Amino acid sequence: MSEAIELDARRLFCPLPVIRLQNCINKQPPGTRVRIVATDPGSMNDIPTWCRINGHEMLEAREQDREYIFLVRKHDDEA
Amino acid sequence: MARKAVALISGGLDSLLATRLIQQQGIQVEGINFFTGFCVEGHTHAIRNRDQRRARRNNALWVAEQLGIRLHIIDIVDEYKQVVINPKHGYGANLNPCLDCKIFMVHKAHQWIIENGFDFIITGEVIGQRPKSQRRRYMPVISEESGADDLLLRPLCARNLPETRPERERWVEREGLKDFQGRSRKPQIALAREFGFEDYAQPAGGCCFLTDQTYSVKLRDLWDNRGRREYELDDIMLLKVGRHIRPSRKYKLIIAREEGENHFLSGYRHQFQTIRTVSHPGPLALVEGEPLDPAQLELACAITARFSKGRDAESVELRFSDREQSSRSVRVKPLRAEQISRDWVIA
Repeated sequence: MSEAIELDARRLFCPLPVIRLQNCINKQPPGTRVRIVATDPGSMNDIPTWCRINGHEMLEAREQDREYIFLVRKHDDEA
Repeated sequence: MARKAVALISGGLDSLLATRLIQQQGIQVEGINFFTGFCVEGHTHAIRNRDQRRARRNNALWVAEQLGIRLHIIDIVDEYKQVVINPKHGYGANLNPCLDCKIFMVHKAHQWIIENGFDFIITGEVIGQRPKSQRRRYMPVISEESGADDLLLRPLCARNLPETRPERERWVEREGLKDFQGRSRKPQIALAREFGFEDYAQPAGGCCFLTDQTYSVKLRDLWDNRGRREYELDDIMLLKVGRHIRPSRKYKLIIAREEGENHFLSGYRHQFQTIRTVSHPGPLALVEGEPLDPAQLELACAITARFSKGRDAESVELRFSDREQSSRSVRVKPLRAEQISRDWVIA
């Protein structure tokens, strides 16, 4: 399995972390994994919501030292 | 052939209802939400400690999930500057260019449907709902100047307007659309109940900081003191935070009001001169402007100390850092409240 793409969304406030994730994942092939690190607590709500409505799989969502870390897998087929 | 529409999703009730009306007619809908940098929700709630109790959801995402639609959030911060700085149709009560804003967003949506193979655009506009952008006479202006023309459908008031192409071509049935008008929210609230929506956002002053008088005064001050009407994203973010005090045209202080703002402003410590209280608990202040001379530094520190726990002390120690992070200690007597001129306080 290839390495996940790393995105740094620290110091950005929602919806900018969501926009950063969206713009990255839209350019990638199905199955691509993206890890994003944010510092806005709102991202704990917004990034999982964005993944649900767009059909992407949330592999991991956790808080560590005031940072919010998500691992997302792009959906397999274009909805 | 199944038709597809894109909805402008603000996160409020009207776009939620407009979209559900069109979904009911078997149209596939996806949403667009534009990020201008002036959006009220999200940022400010995340910054301020006192707002931590509020639900920190992004309302546009929440609405999209309620509707079961995909949502595309589009960053238009740079392109939007022309709308704010030089609106063809002028401003509303504050620096809100609502009509130009709507034209711009519908124009962007029109480009989007062309690029993505969608058939028409829907908005939650209601005739007479808002004083500037939703007057009856402005509805055709928005359609024409955006380039969307009769591909722009307003499901909540469509029966008060001429037929659009989606109606003429029977992609949607006009009878299934609404004839709402005026400022009353009762028809929307009744329709929300009919659809089973009980929890929805109804921002009192809209969802844009440009409709806010205090914010607009701060933006105008920024333009006046720079001698030019321009801004970067950081500028408009910082206008949402802290006390803004300008003792002279040479510099402005942005003083945190609470711990959340202290934390937020500290993220800018490499871009600004900063003042931080040392001997007492107190705020972080950013100094926007030219390097301070000794007299300006003493005054800036005395003002900052006024907002610390040491405001009644004989002296307060502060630490001043320049942009290169070279710092030194400064000890001052805090200003009394009456020594802070009203003319210094922006908004």
